[in-house]
Amino acid sequence: MNETQKSANLFRLALRRLVILLGLGLVGALASATLVRFAPGYGVTERDLDPRLSANSAEALRQKQALNQSLPAFYFHYLSALAHGDLGESDSLKRPVRELLRQRFPVTGNSVIRGMGVAWLAATLLASLGLVIRGWFFEASATAFNSFLLSLPSAVVAMLAVHLRAPVFFAIAVVVFPRLYSYIRNLLIRAYDQPHVLAARTRGLGSGAILFRHVLPLAAPPLLALLGVSFAISFGAAIPIEALCDSPGLGQLAWHAALSRDLPLIVNVTLIVALVMLAANSLADFAGRTFAESTS
Amino acid sequence: MTPLQKVAASILCALFALIVLTTFLLPAHYARQFRDIPNAGPSSAHPLGTDALGRDFLSRLLYGTRVSLLLAPAAALLATLIAAVLGSAAGLLGGWFEHIVLAATDLSLALPWLFLLLLVRAMLPLDVPPLVSVVIAFLMMGLLGWQASVRVICAAARGVRDSDFLLLARSSGCRPARLLVRHVAPNLRLLFYAQFFISIPLFILTEANLSILGLGVMEPTPSWGNLMRGFEDFSTLSANPWRLTPLILLVIVVMCFQLVLPSQEVAQ
Repeated sequence: MNETQKSANLFRLALRRLVILLGLGLVGALASATLVRFAPGYGVTERDLDPRLSANSAEALRQKQALNQSLPAFYFHYLSALAHGDLGESDSLKRPVRELLRQRFPVTGNSVIRGMGVAWLAATLLASLGLVIRGWFFEASATAFNSFLLSLPSAVVAMLAVHLRAPVFFAIAVVVFPRLYSYIRNLLIRAYDQPHVLAARTRGLGSGAILFRHVLPLAAPPLLALLGVSFAISFGAAIPIEALCDSPGLGQLAWHAALSRDLPLIVNVTLIVALVMLAANSLADFAGRTFAESTS
Repeated sequence: MTPLQKVAASILCALFALIVLTTFLLPAHYARQFRDIPNAGPSSAHPLGTDALGRDFLSRLLYGTRVSLLLAPAAALLATLIAAVLGSAAGLLGGWFEHIVLAATDLSLALPWLFLLLLVRAMLPLDVPPLVSVVIAFLMMGLLGWQASVRVICAAARGVRDSDFLLLARSSGCRPARLLVRHVAPNLRLLFYAQFFISIPLFILTEANLSILGLGVMEPTPSWGNLMRGFEDFSTLSANPWRLTPLILLVIVVMCFQLVLPSQEVAQ
């Protein structure tokens, strides 16, 4: 396959991913609108329950709130508001959802990225060390430690972080690390046992050179795909950790919204997180394919 | 089976036997309060002491073990059933149905699992009776936990689709529903079992997370999750280290499941 064909393939792949992302975003937005529209108590405000208002006044209020509009019209208004960045207002916090997201997203983003960085570094280092050492003691103790961490609920890790005054990103790293380690270890072992790596080993190439020149490039595409998945794991872990560590991020916001049954808030937070996750997964998958194409 | 796997399987069997015997072993009802001895240490009457409301901790632990260890397999069974039906049908029928099922799976897999659970929990009332909260937690996990299994089952069903015996059945005029029940499902039975057992530890951990956050099993019904809510108060915990027993039991059970069960890759 020549360079032009490779570039055309990658362009087509990127375009298809973008179209899928937009399509899923639209479906997600419509599903969110439906949930908000049919939520119990939708459109009921304290003023509606005011006994001093006459039936005519209540009807006028309802008209003003456009509650009598048809479902397609509701969808149209919801989507056009969404396109302008208007995500509605939180029922419990009485503040625009957009403003809340703007405040909270950087906090979670920061914790998630730092937590993922630490988890990836630790998992890759330990898995690489396992390749170099390859002794039963190291393998057994690393597997037992990993299995123990996998068995801890993230909420317990969060409480431990509060007790030890550890930062939020560290708790996220502790939750993400065991999920990465076993996968990375299996990938590296599979790459390490390939015939060309065996040939390099028999020729006396150093462990570091084998790892960086032969093993890691071979394992890179699935590792990049794993990067996208680890985003979802980290964001999931952020809910109990932020809620229990009192960190003002998206996880705490979602937990608060669930406890106070604030549907406009939880639905929009979930929609935004879903879009970010899909974009991250698509990007990771695209990077993996690009890498595989360039090395093939 | 390795010796380590045998030990893990024995521990799991012993715990499940404990569930059956719980009714006869409970020193007191899990909700009964001994108001004159709150936060008491271990004694002959209360081997694991009492909690802040004076309830016997051992009774709560035994009953909570029963709730968590029955809830998780029940949710896993429901999730596996949904995954089996959707995955087998998608793999067998192929075409647009397979595309839609896989796109829905991808969409829900991209979303963090706890966000999805919180979204659904937010739509349901919070002030429900304890038993209803148990049912809600079980249904939520079962109805939302099928995605990972669908992909695996669909891929396996796709492999069966082009087999000779299915071609013969099709040429004999067998309808898709019959093909699914009589020919595809029996061939994927081992995969269904593997997916069912793999889901159990995941649901045990999810129940614990949800209950610690106050969105799972509600008080006074105990579960491992809501028994661990007290861990936030570390001064009480360090004074009463036996309160860690629910966590120790949970870790042992999940580790035993990890040891006994095939990994996701093997299950595929």
